[in-house]
Amino acid sequence: MTDWIVLGLLGVLSVASALGLLLSRNAIYAALFLVLNFVIGAVIYLVLNAPFLAVVQISVYAGAIMVLFIFVIMLLGAERLTPAENPPGLNYQRPLALILGVLALGLAAYVLLTRQASAAPVAQSVDASPTAVGLQLFRNYVFPFEVVALLLLAAMVGAVVLTRKTE
Amino acid sequence: MPVVVEVTLKSAALIFVLLTGFAYLSLLERKFIARLQARIGPNRAGPFGLLQPVADGLKLIFKESVTPKGVDKPIYFLAPALVVVPALMLFAVIPVGKGATFQLASDLNVGALYVVGVMSLAVYGIALAGWASNNKYAVLGGLRAAAQMIAYELGMGLSVAAVVLMASSASLADIVAAQYPEQYGGILGWFLFRQPVAAAIFVIAAFAEVARAPFDLVEAEQELTAGFMTEYGGMKFALFFMGEYVKMIAVSALFTTFFLGGWSGPFVNEAPILSVVYFTIKVVVCLLAFIWVRATLPRVRYDKLMDMGWKVLFPVALANVLVTAVLILLGLPGYRL
Amino acid sequence: MLTQTPTPLNEDALKVRVEDVQLDITFEQLKRLVSPRALTGETMLMNMGPQHPSTHGVLRLLLELDGETIVNCIPDIGYLHTGIEKTAEGKTYLKAIPLTDRTDYLAPMSNNMAFCGAVEKLVGIEVPLRAQYLRVILLELTRMNSHLVWLGTHALDLGAMSVFLYCMREREMILDIYEAVSGARMMSSYIRPGGLWRDVPNVFFDLVQRVLDVFPKRLIEYEKLLTKNPMWKDRTVGIGKISAQDAIAWGMTGPCLRATGVKYDVRKAYPYSSYDHFDFDIPTGTNGDVFDRYKCRMEEFNQSLKIIRQALKRLPPGPVMTSDRKVAPPPKHEIAYSMESLIHHFKLWTEGFKAPEGEVYFAVESGKGEYGVLLSGDGTSKPRRVHFRAPSFHNLQPINEMARGQLLADLVAIIGSIDIVLGDVDR
Repeated sequence: MTDWIVLGLLGVLSVASALGLLLSRNAIYAALFLVLNFVIGAVIYLVLNAPFLAVVQISVYAGAIMVLFIFVIMLLGAERLTPAENPPGLNYQRPLALILGVLALGLAAYVLLTRQASAAPVAQSVDASPTAVGLQLFRNYVFPFEVVALLLLAAMVGAVVLTRKTE
Repeated sequence: MPVVVEVTLKSAALIFVLLTGFAYLSLLERKFIARLQARIGPNRAGPFGLLQPVADGLKLIFKESVTPKGVDKPIYFLAPALVVVPALMLFAVIPVGKGATFQLASDLNVGALYVVGVMSLAVYGIALAGWASNNKYAVLGGLRAAAQMIAYELGMGLSVAAVVLMASSASLADIVAAQYPEQYGGILGWFLFRQPVAAAIFVIAAFAEVARAPFDLVEAEQELTAGFMTEYGGMKFALFFMGEYVKMIAVSALFTTFFLGGWSGPFVNEAPILSVVYFTIKVVVCLLAFIWVRATLPRVRYDKLMDMGWKVLFPVALANVLVTAVLILLGLPGYRL
Repeated sequence: MLTQTPTPLNEDALKVRVEDVQLDITFEQLKRLVSPRALTGETMLMNMGPQHPSTHGVLRLLLELDGETIVNCIPDIGYLHTGIEKTAEGKTYLKAIPLTDRTDYLAPMSNNMAFCGAVEKLVGIEVPLRAQYLRVILLELTRMNSHLVWLGTHALDLGAMSVFLYCMREREMILDIYEAVSGARMMSSYIRPGGLWRDVPNVFFDLVQRVLDVFPKRLIEYEKLLTKNPMWKDRTVGIGKISAQDAIAWGMTGPCLRATGVKYDVRKAYPYSSYDHFDFDIPTGTNGDVFDRYKCRMEEFNQSLKIIRQALKRLPPGPVMTSDRKVAPPPKHEIAYSMESLIHHFKLWTEGFKAPEGEVYFAVESGKGEYGVLLSGDGTSKPRRVHFRAPSFHNLQPINEMARGQLLADLVAIIGSIDIVLGDVDR
C-alpha cells in the first residue's frame, strides 16, 4: 500500500516537473525542471527495487547529458529567447507536438485500461543488481547492445566530422 | 530501533561531524599552509587559534546579505545549496569504520556508481551560480566548471571502474574487504599498489573535481577574480566554501576507501572503534596532501587542463580498465578473483 | 567560446555598448580601438580592473574577447595619477627627492639615484668614491627588492602562492637594510645630491653579508619550485612574445627588452656611479616571451649579488658626501664654531641650492628598465620642468601586441612578466 502512495506522489511530482519544463519561458529553468524530472525518475526506479537503473539514470542523464545542455545554453546565452525570435519554418511543430502528445497519452490510457490489473508492482521479484543486469545485457541481449554501441560510435564520429573546422 | 530512526540519527551524526570537520579543516589548511609558507597562521582566536572557525562563522553570519542587481533570484539562492548537498550525500555510502554501527548504506550494491553519479551532480551548483550572478567573470567561471567537471568525471569514473573490477563488487564495503585478501600481509593488498594507474588517475581527477589548486581554474582568483562566487557574500559564500571543503573531505574519504584499504588496520577485530581512527588518520593524510599541493604548484591553464583530461587521462583510464580486465581473466597473481 | 547573441547594428544598440564599456570616450573613438566584430556583439567587451587582483594595482584593461581568446587589449591608465612630476616643480631639488620614492615605490633607491644623478649632472657635483660604491650596493639591493616583488606577484598570479610569501621573507632582509641606513623601510630618500644622507651604520655590513649568504640558497629553492616545474613552463614558454624590433619601437627597456635578445643595459651603455669598475654580465634571452623575461630577472639576482660582493670588497674609506658646501649641508658640530657653516646651513634648508639654466637627462637601470629623469633648470633653486621616463609606462605600452591571440589566463602571466608598478606608470 505504501508503495502505491509513494509511487502516486512521485508520479504527481514527475508530471508537475514535466509541466514546469514545458511552460518555462527560460531555457535554463526548463533544463533544470528536466533534471528534476530525471531525479524523480531515478527515485521511482529505487522504489521499484532497481538501484542500478536509478544510479545510471542519475549519472548519465542528470549528471552528464543535462550538464552539457546547461553548458550549451549558457555558452550561447540563448536562455531568454522569445517566441518571436524562434527560427522561421518551425511553426508546424506546435500542432504536430499536440497531435503526437495526444496519441502518446491515448496509448498510455489504453494500456492502463485494458491491462490485467495486478496486485502490486511486479519488480519485487526481479533481481536488478548490477550483476544481473550485466548478465542479461551480455548474454541475452548482446546483439542489440553491440548495435547500440555501434550506433553511438557512428553518431560520435558524425559529430566530430560536422564540427571540424573546414580548411 | 526502527530503521528510519536509526538512519536519521546516523545521518545527523554524520552531518554534524562533517560540518565540524569542515570548520576545522579550514583551520588545518590555514595552519599547515602557513607553516609551509614560513608564516604562523591564525593564532589569535582561542588557544592555538582553535576558535578561529567559530569567529569566521560568526562573521559570515552577521554579514549583510547583499543581492546584486540583475541576478536571477531563485537560482541565485538555490545554487549554494546545490553545491553543499551532493557533497554531503557522497558520505552515505562510505564505510567509515568496521561493522554496521559505522556504516550508513555501504552495502549498497551500486555504491561506486552512486559515488560517480552524485559527484557529477555537484557541478550544477557551480555552473548555475555563475549563470545566475549576471556577471561576466562568473559566467566564465561557471562554464569552466561545467567543462572541467565533465572532462574529469570520465577519468574518475573509469578509475573507479578498475577498482570495481578488482573487487568484483560495486559495494564500498566489499571494496574495502577486497583489499585484504589472505595471501597478502598488510598494506600490500591496498589497491594503491595493485592498481597504481587507477590511483594516479583518481588523484588527478579528484583535484579537478574538487577544483582545488592546481586545477582551481573555476575560481582562479587572479584571472576571474573569484569565478562563479564573485557575486556571493556572507553565508551564501560560506556555503560554497563549505561545499568545497566537504567535497575535499569526501574525495579523500573515497580515495581512502578505494585505494588505501578504507578503515582497515591492525587490531580492528578486537576493538572496532580503532577502525574509525584508522579511517580518520588516512583521510587526514590525504587532506594534508591536498593542502601541500596547493602550496607548491602553480595553476595550469584552462585549455591545457582540458587537453589533459580528454587526451591523456581518459584514454589512459580506458586502457587501464582494459588491461585490468585482461589481467583478471588471465588470473595473474594479485588479480585473481 | 562565449558569445553574445549577434544584434544588428543600430544606434540604440551601439549606445548601450558604449555605456556598457563605461569609458569616457565617444562611440567613434571606441570604434577605432576595438574590432568591428565587437560592435555587432560577436565578440565580448569586458573590463578587467581597475579593481582586479592581478592587474598589479589599478591598471584597467578593456578586453575584447572571443571566448577566452583576446582580440584586443586596451590599457586605460591614470587611476593612480598623483601629479608627482608637477609637484616636483614646486619643490627645491632636495625636497623633491621624497617624491621620487613614490613613483616606483618598490625600487625607491633607483628613483632617488636617477633624480640625484640628474641634479648632480645639472649642477656639476662630484660624488666621493665611497658614496658611489655604497650607492652601487644599495642600487643592486634595490634591484633585488624590485625583482623579489615581481617574482612573488608573478608567481602568485599564476597560482604559485608559496613563492610569493618566500619572496616577501627575503625582501624583509632588504627592507631591514633600508631601515638601518635611512630609518625608513620603503620611502628611503637616502641618496642625496652629492652623495648619501650619512654614512652607513656598522650593522649595514652584517645585514648585507646576511643577504649574500642566504640569498643564493633561496635562489636555488625558487629555481626548484619554478624554473624546473613543467607546469610553470607550460604557463610561460611562448606566451606574450614580442620581437626585438617591436620591443625597441615601443620603447621597452630592462629585462623585458633583454629577453628579446637585445643587450641593452644603462649600467653598461652609459655607466654611472662607477658601474664600470665592476665586472658583471648582462643576461639576455632569445624569444622575448614570459619565460625569457623570467629567466633574465632570475639571472640578474646572481649578477646583483656578484656586484655587491665586489663593491663590498673594494669599498674605499672616506666621506660619503661632497665637500661642496653649496650643495651639501655642513656637519652639525661645525655650525657652532663657523659663521660660514651656519650661513650655508640656513641657505640650504630655506632656499636650497641653485641650479644653472639648462636641461639634462640622466638615466639609471632600475629593476624595471631605463629609469630616466629629464631635468630643466632655470637658475633658481627649483626646477622648471621635471619628467620621469618611467620604465613601467613604456613596458606597458605594447601589451596589446603581446596579448593579442592569447588566452585570458595568459594575459595575467603577461602583466606579471612586464613588471609594472602603477605608481610608476601614472606618476
